[in-house]
Amino acid sequence: MSSRRAFLGKAAALGGIAVAPGLFLFEPARAKGVTSKVRWGMLVDTTRCAEGCDACVKACDRENGLSGRAGPDDSQWIRKVELKNKSTGRTLSLPVMCQHCAEPPCVDVCPTGASFKRADGIVLVDRHICIGCRYCMMACPYKARSFVHYPLHDQKPDVPRGQGCVESCTLCVQRVDRGEQPACVEACKATGRQALFFGDLNDPQSEISRRMREAGAKQIRPDLQLDTGVRYQGI
Amino acid sequence: MPAGAAAGVDKPVIEKARSGPCIAPPEVMRREHPDMLKHQRTITVHEGVVNAKVDLEKCVACHASKTTGSVAASPQDFCESCHAYAGVKLDCFECHASRPKQVGDRR
Amino acid sequence: MTAIAMREIEGRSRGWWGLFALGALVLLGMLAAWHAMETRGHVITGMTNQVVWGLPHVFAVFLILAASGVLNVASAASAFDKRFYKPLAPLSAWLAIVLLAGGLAVLGLDLGRSDRLIVAMTHFNFKSIFAWNMFLYSGFFAVVAVYLWTMLDRTVGGHSTGAGRLAFVWRLVLTTGTGSIFGFLIAREAYSSALLAPMFIVLSIVYGMAIYLLVLIAACAGTGRELGRGVVERIGRLLGWFVLTGLYFVAVFHLTNLYLAKQIGVERFLLVDGGIYTWLFWGGQILLGSVVPLAILWSPATRGDRRMATLAAALIVLGGLAQMYVTIIGAQAWPLDLFPGYEMRSSFFDGVIHPYSPSLPEAALALGGFAIALLGALLGVKFLRLLPASLSDESLQPGEGAH
Repeated sequence: MSSRRAFLGKAAALGGIAVAPGLFLFEPARAKGVTSKVRWGMLVDTTRCAEGCDACVKACDRENGLSGRAGPDDSQWIRKVELKNKSTGRTLSLPVMCQHCAEPPCVDVCPTGASFKRADGIVLVDRHICIGCRYCMMACPYKARSFVHYPLHDQKPDVPRGQGCVESCTLCVQRVDRGEQPACVEACKATGRQALFFGDLNDPQSEISRRMREAGAKQIRPDLQLDTGVRYQGI
Repeated sequence: MPAGAAAGVDKPVIEKARSGPCIAPPEVMRREHPDMLKHQRTITVHEGVVNAKVDLEKCVACHASKTTGSVAASPQDFCESCHAYAGVKLDCFECHASRPKQVGDRR
Repeated sequence: MTAIAMREIEGRSRGWWGLFALGALVLLGMLAAWHAMETRGHVITGMTNQVVWGLPHVFAVFLILAASGVLNVASAASAFDKRFYKPLAPLSAWLAIVLLAGGLAVLGLDLGRSDRLIVAMTHFNFKSIFAWNMFLYSGFFAVVAVYLWTMLDRTVGGHSTGAGRLAFVWRLVLTTGTGSIFGFLIAREAYSSALLAPMFIVLSIVYGMAIYLLVLIAACAGTGRELGRGVVERIGRLLGWFVLTGLYFVAVFHLTNLYLAKQIGVERFLLVDGGIYTWLFWGGQILLGSVVPLAILWSPATRGDRRMATLAAALIVLGGLAQMYVTIIGAQAWPLDLFPGYEMRSSFFDGVIHPYSPSLPEAALALGGFAIALLGALLGVKFLRLLPASLSDESLQPGEGAH
């Protein structure tokens, strides 16, 4: 009887030793993750956006290590769109990027769950499990996503990206998690035009919420009812 | 390194890391680092956890070679030399930078 | 009706080896293309950030649809109890397996990270029809393999009807899933329609039965088996009904789109001024792919004639590829309408038709799917008893039970 107990005790100890390193190394990180208390969003005041200015695009390229090239196979996370109303002739200029929808079609269609929405509203691609099927690119109503068509080198250390995966605007998640603003927002402010605002849509006192309350804001393709995190004024 | 390694195969070159002890002893790291990275990456990416103990950027910053500045650029670099010896393809650095962030890093 | 002997073919003729060599060569080309795409990336293909799914997907979806549809011959035998089709069923089941293998191979090798197929089979987002398709496609292999087993092995032959009915239902669900890949996409005007699922079911039968007819005629010609006029006529007649039904769905789809003001832009593009897409639609899909074959298969002057049936079936296959090209690539060529009422210009090709021209690597990848199916078919008829010893009118009695 006691030898069986001793054996079981030894077996349990051995099992514990085998598992223990894993237990000690993986700290309880859950407490430090993001929550849905915050919903990050962006506001674009198109009345301040100037045709021909692409400070936001250049800043995004610099921050995220994009090539800046605009060929059919090159990644563009944000682009300036020039519009002209067909009946009135009115022109306007505005940046378009991933709209960080609350109901993202790209997340719905991703077979592996690589395209996902973080608790704080930022829509991202987990490139570890992206298989490069590009279904999300077919599904995105804003043509926000790019596929990396060639091998990449010299990636920014806090923006890993590579061949064969799909990518799009991350709202500069690496900056947001440090308490900073997206690069495009800062760059636009630096030009003096300040057409871009970033903040917490869940906080009624945030600048972005106040501005939306005062002057209203619209989604692109509102009929799709995706509840985008990026809203526009002046369209 | 394991005893009885075949004659003629170059043993991995392990350059001393730049600072302090690693997050776990070498025997543990050797065995557990794949699982550590695989487990932590999901937490970091999906839950937005920063400053976790397991952090690839910090690994790279500490283990980058003094000559090439990288962990995988040349066959003698830290990650590459062991992986070449073990015959396990490294694909982390197809996406991740294999060099640490430089001060004032702007392209 | 006396029992018909099912035999393997000898498979040593010049024709067999010639086709095998062709298939192997194209397969090698596919693998070479894949290797190039893996190392240098998709930049070597014609697919871009604007047209993300190209020729490989056209061929892959065609093959997947054909795989589901070719099983219709066997379904007619088991699920619909038509005795005429019973000896024809084993070949149909085998072709279903090899066609699906070909289509899935193309899709798998086109992935940006095809080394991550294991990830695709272990991580599932069940809101995605793609994730469901993983199960539907792999399950299809299993279900059809079991079905084929019940047809070839007399000891389990009693389960043939049950297996056949299961395969029939599985086919419908699977093809609904394939159509829904596109039907679920709200983003693009040329998709986003519940009609695509049933339309794809009908198209699958059209493509599948056409391929069946081609394989049957070729196999009989190659082995000297007699193939009765009545047999060809009866299969052709059924195929014709599905071609007509396919035309109906296409008509309803486009007419509905034309009725909706916001869809008129893409319709005018596809049907009138889309250049290659318009030519492929009217000339390829409608005229050569549907109307002409229908006439050949039903006209008293040509029905039952093997050469004309081969022509009709080949035209249907080409028309089907044209249809998939218009459906998959044409829809992507048309720009997304982010700001209705506005002209758009940007560095990211907003507001302009997106050009696409396939490159050699993607053509090699696409054709490789057919090569896999061809090699599979050749090996199947050689080592399995898939073909009746004779397909004469006396053996198969096509007049019996026919409508």
